[in-house]
Amino acid sequence: MVTRPLRLLMVGLLLASLAVPVAADTPKDTLVMAKFIDDIISLDPAEVFELSGGEMIANLYDRIMMYEPEDTTRLVGGVAESWSVTGNGRTFTLKIRKGLRFHSGNPVTARDAAYSLQRVIRLDKTPAFIVSQLGWTKDNVGDLVRAVDAATLQLTITKDFAPTFVLNCLSAGVGSVVDMKEVQQHERDGDLGYTWLKTNSAGSGPFRLRQWKANDSVVMEAFPDYRHGAPKVKRVVVRHIAEPSAQRLQLEKGDIDMARNITPDQLAALKNNPDVVIGTYPKADLYYLGLNQKHEHLKKPKVRAAIRWLVDYHGMADTFLRGQFKVHQAFWPSGFFAALTETPFKLDVARAKQLLAEAGVPNGFPVKLDHANGTPFMDIAQSIQSTMGQAGIKVELVPADSKQVITKYRARNHDIVLLYWSPDYMDPHSNADTFARNPDNSDDAKIKPLAWRNAWDIPGLTKKADAAVLERDAEKRKQMYLELQRTIQQDSPFVIMFQSTEQATTRKYVKNFVSGPTFDTVFYRLVTK
Amino acid sequence: MDVTVTTPAGTGRGAWPPAFVVRVGRLAVTIALTFLGLLFVTFVIGRVLPIDPALAILGDRALPHVYERVRHELGLDLPLYHQFWNYLVKALRGDLGSSVLTGRPVIADIRQFFPATLELATFAIVLGVVLGVPMGVWAAVARGRWPDHLVRVLVLIGYSVPVFWLGLVGLLLFYARLDLVAGPGRLDVAYEYVVEPWSGIVLLDSLRAGELRVFRNALAHIVLPGSILGYLSLAYIARMTRSFMLAELGQEYVVAARVKGLSEARVIWRHALGNVMVPMVTVIALSYAYLLEGAVLTETVFAWPGLGLYITHSLFNADMTAVLGGTLIVGVAFVGLNLFSDVLYTFFDPRAR
Repeated sequence: MVTRPLRLLMVGLLLASLAVPVAADTPKDTLVMAKFIDDIISLDPAEVFELSGGEMIANLYDRIMMYEPEDTTRLVGGVAESWSVTGNGRTFTLKIRKGLRFHSGNPVTARDAAYSLQRVIRLDKTPAFIVSQLGWTKDNVGDLVRAVDAATLQLTITKDFAPTFVLNCLSAGVGSVVDMKEVQQHERDGDLGYTWLKTNSAGSGPFRLRQWKANDSVVMEAFPDYRHGAPKVKRVVVRHIAEPSAQRLQLEKGDIDMARNITPDQLAALKNNPDVVIGTYPKADLYYLGLNQKHEHLKKPKVRAAIRWLVDYHGMADTFLRGQFKVHQAFWPSGFFAALTETPFKLDVARAKQLLAEAGVPNGFPVKLDHANGTPFMDIAQSIQSTMGQAGIKVELVPADSKQVITKYRARNHDIVLLYWSPDYMDPHSNADTFARNPDNSDDAKIKPLAWRNAWDIPGLTKKADAAVLERDAEKRKQMYLELQRTIQQDSPFVIMFQSTEQATTRKYVKNFVSGPTFDTVFYRLVTK
Repeated sequence: MDVTVTTPAGTGRGAWPPAFVVRVGRLAVTIALTFLGLLFVTFVIGRVLPIDPALAILGDRALPHVYERVRHELGLDLPLYHQFWNYLVKALRGDLGSSVLTGRPVIADIRQFFPATLELATFAIVLGVVLGVPMGVWAAVARGRWPDHLVRVLVLIGYSVPVFWLGLVGLLLFYARLDLVAGPGRLDVAYEYVVEPWSGIVLLDSLRAGELRVFRNALAHIVLPGSILGYLSLAYIARMTRSFMLAELGQEYVVAARVKGLSEARVIWRHALGNVMVPMVTVIALSYAYLLEGAVLTETVFAWPGLGLYITHSLFNADMTAVLGGTLIVGVAFVGLNLFSDVLYTFFDPRAR
């Protein structure tokens, strides 16, 4: 009969699917991690500015100055062994460590370090501003950044910046040292090796890149001759698993060693699993509301003050954001030099109502709140909608893709926006530059810091921020930043609410994963399993 | 008396151009217009998205001159029609451009992502046809009785349950609880890089290399997403087969065949199903084409790096070169399968020759 072969085929298919082996455990010498990595667009340190890309290059390259996994808050020399500042504070002389090697076997020299910085300026990609603010341009960088000899790098800056600020800039991703010879070999049409380095690595970091498949995986291999000794695992495989619950299932099964994007509700369920450990790591990301000062009501100081009392900071941090956020109300995250840790605001509807009445809007007003459509933005926005509603402010939520929200924000077309900000380098100027500076508030301004995006015209505050970055006396400088933070905390278009923490879950045999305060201080080299 | 017989142009023997050429010519024009329309609509959708492509590349913090330079490099400062024309000219030369985001040639991206979708879609359609057609036939033959009800309920579930939910529940049950299949992804880490990619289809490449353990692992990974997608196409195919079969079984020739004493199996599987296969070819081809678009939700749940995920991700980043390249491939698959079903049609139905 004709049906017989069909039936056999069906049974065969079923058996075949049942007979396949169950998934193997991860290899002993390989760390397998699930993480959203679809934001990576390049792995060239002169271009990387995305969260995942930053994390990858932190493990592929050593930087001139850097933070190490042993202490992610202490700035130390990377390829630089020592440094001195002369010439009225404008000349920095850095000695390069002896005996360092790139993955290719080439020695690491001051020429490589100079080439790397010059390359950043010449390629002029997004993160170039971190070093171009030191006064370096395509025309002068050849003179101002140079190798005196193989062991001595000399940098000259054109403004009297505080030395700690300059050294911090050199610890950003753009301070990564690339292998000049290797990169030059792959140069095409004068592109400084850019096309090649986007998908390859040429560093002296603890790992070398084996392969990056966009939206799929990053694979790196240990560099046995790393200056701190070979990493404890031989291979790291980072897989893009876009669905958090799939990450959780794979972790529980032992098919992956680590999951980075499990949502809080699922974490709660994982707490009882004896094979899984949940690690909490404080981060420097700040979540805030931006109030557009072009809005007829939001521009009133009393309305701004009222909104500060209409956010249930602690209610959120203790419930659906538990473990993920802590309340923080200043523009520089706690745990760092010059951070203001006071949190004077809490939910106080009566007080807010009184302020609204004094502002001439006793019954509130309708307003739109733009926010990204994923967690935790949706939940935070809903809480804010509810608490503001209690004082009569009728909030309409406008969820959208985050890039859409930012596009609208940059066009100053929002009423209120809910977003987050993370520092570009670990100096308070990184955030003061955007929260407390707005050199030109006109619609066609070239620079668009957060203050500009909220149409907040602050010539006085801009001057204070400019003075703080030039102050050489560390204590005075600290006081200047504390004052700036207090001013913005008390009255500004920014309602800063939370500082985030990362929760990474691992199998219990995974030890020593280090996730520092920024996206590019996440280190794999100490991990054992 | 001389009689001159004229035949209308293009219809008689020996006419110029011959009927065949006219048909091919018409087809070519139709296909060209289809692609032009497809690309144009996609292009316009991409440009009306409220996302700034330069922003997607540069992030939020680039300096103004860098931003302006990138806008210029992307041609975003040109009028829309001009941008489209530029793209079209390049595409006609076979250059699909480079992904705005990663800088990789779109063709290389597609070469990476399409095989994953092709593998999954083929697995699913085979399952859908092999199980769906007999189920449809079975339901039609047993109309109104329990097999019919069973099939209809199964079909209804296939139609109405969201695929991501099916995927997650499937993972929870068959992967996490019962340990019958492997989890998300195409291979376990231990088996990656064992086989050099040749076609990009892991099942095929591993067999070609004689690596049976890789083949088994790949099979363990594809079984669940493939079955879930297969179930969805099964639902469609079974429903269509059922209704076509019902129409066919009521025909007089079926009664005649039975009266002549042919076995019931021969009547159903040979004669009735033989005729049903004509419209079914189109149904199956379309079903396959839909699967080749890439099932975004399934690909997301199962971390399957396929074309659907690629196009969606590119769209959200306003990477229109990548979206257009992906759309073109989907278009080629659609048109190609349509043509193929037309050819098969003439094979099954002598009248169409």
